[in-house]
Amino acid sequence: MNKFGFAIKTPRSENMDKVSLERYHMLLDREPSFKRCFQCGCCSATCSARQFTDFSIRRVHTSFRRGEYEGLDEQLKQCMLCGKCTLVCPRGVNLRSLIINMRQILDETKQ
Amino acid sequence: MKKVAIIGAGPAGIEAASVLARQGVQVTLFEKSESPLKNIQDKAFLFPNFQAAQEVADDLSGKLLTDGITTILGVDITDLKWQGTEWKLIDSKEQTYVADAVLVATGYQVFDAHRKEELGYGIYKGVITSLDMEQMIKHGKILNANGDEPKRVTFLQCVGSRDEKSGNNYCSKICCVTAVKQAIEVRKQIPACEASVFYMDLRMWGQGFEEMYRTAQEKYGVSFVRGRISEAAATFDSRIQLKSEDTLMGLPLKMTTDLLVLMVGMEASCGTKALGKACDISGDYGFIRTVSPHLYDNDTGKPGLFAAGSCKRPMSVWDTVNDARAAALAIKEYVDSLPQ
Ligand SMILES: Cc1cc2nc3c(=O)[nH]c(=O)nc-3n(C[C@H](O)[C@H](O)[C@H](O)COP(=O)(O)OP(=O)(O)OC[C@H]3O[C@@H](n4cnc5c(N)ncnc54)[C@H](O)[C@@H]3O)c2cc1C
Ligand code: SF4
Ligand code: SF4
Ligand code: SF4
Repeated sequence: MNKFGFAIKTPRSENMDKVSLERYHMLLDREPSFKRCFQCGCCSATCSARQFTDFSIRRVHTSFRRGEYEGLDEQLKQCMLCGKCTLVCPRGVNLRSLIINMRQILDETKQ
Repeated sequence: MKKVAIIGAGPAGIEAASVLARQGVQVTLFEKSESPLKNIQDKAFLFPNFQAAQEVADDLSGKLLTDGITTILGVDITDLKWQGTEWKLIDSKEQTYVADAVLVATGYQVFDAHRKEELGYGIYKGVITSLDMEQMIKHGKILNANGDEPKRVTFLQCVGSRDEKSGNNYCSKICCVTAVKQAIEVRKQIPACEASVFYMDLRMWGQGFEEMYRTAQEKYGVSFVRGRISEAAATFDSRIQLKSEDTLMGLPLKMTTDLLVLMVGMEASCGTKALGKACDISGDYGFIRTVSPHLYDNDTGKPGLFAAGSCKRPMSVWDTVNDARAAALAIKEYVDSLPQ
């Protein structure tokens, strides 16, 4: 199939009118330091799990911010909570706590 | 005749001194170094027009010869005291001077890059600061750790600025355009050498800056990567390996470079911090606080005590010079209002 470039793709775009940011706001309440993130990518660049997998903590928390929660719980399992990301974040985001809270919220709100 | 003391012989102090002297005010200019303008002398070319820093320094030095200015070098003013009608200045050797009005023009110092240990400054020879790069450009000697011509030079923005870990949340304002300026210079001096800039935001706020950025892309092939380098380490052959995320691609990025240039921010100088504290005019991050940034940006709120230039916040040379002229006018009005 790939040879001919045919594939059925689900349309991918962010629809900011439809998306629900409820879980994102729960996250901000529990870990307000996340409001300060300015998307520099230091956390994902230094991440221990990132060295061996395609896990990107910045992509995960940005997806969360955009209300795109699908598959995030699976991805977050790759994090080993080492805390290196927290050490380098120039905006002082408490990433370790952020990760734990993302997991908890995803778990609590599972449909 | 009324006497004005100016502390710091950088662009701010010298410009204010010459304006005041031409208005018939007697000025004494104190400089702690043995020569004036060291923060201009250590630069190669100045953005946005690539004018030789030496030329600007010579022009300013010439103004020191204006009648009515006494320049005293090698004097570090450490304390200021209001005596009811005049200011007493005290230097590090306990000598004192008096003046009717004082202008604080004590400027900035660059962020000490050793404080960002993960970036390897002072550990690996291939990691240098933007100030070291100014020297290399000035002397036409851009060389890697082994003393050879580099094949790749990489600039990292916001070192010691916009960084909670170094205690500086502010933007230093001049380093984005300085990186573009230096990347162009590298490409001019060594056309075979690649130049890349790692940025989070490119702040091209001044006239001509955006055009410099375009020229860097179009004419000099400088590449721009959106990401912040989080770690640097040396390779066996003394090159530097760096780790970042390419945030636009969402992918981790590894790269080896001959020189990693840390764009260090502007902090309040030691003199600025000390005098700010001594007179209770110290504001955010140790810069001098003024009454209001809109209308009274040279007034400190203390009688006869004024401030100009980069002792207030990061500033370019022309912002500094304009600010100094504004301060000179405020001081002239103040001394004219005093009883004869
Ligand atoms: C890497 C880099 C590149 C730059 N490139 C450019 C450029 O291309 N174009 C541009 O426009 N700007 C550039 N700048 C900014 C420029 O250097 C400043 O705008 C300018 O130097 C500010 O002048 P100033 O008089 O306020 O302070 P300064 O130049 O810092 O002068 C202050 C003076 O006060 C003296 N002093 C301090 N404390 C005391 C004391 N207690 N007693 C007596 N004397 C004292 C100091 O010794 C110093 O001589 C650059 C800055 C950096 C860091
Ligand atoms: S805590 Fe998780 S996300 Fe952070 S560096 Fe460690 S593995 Fe990566
Ligand atoms: S290091 Fe901090 S500021 Fe940078 S992307 Fe990660 S969380 Fe955001
Ligand atoms: S001017 Fe640019 S490099 Fe300097 S602190 Fe601001 S954003 Fe960072």
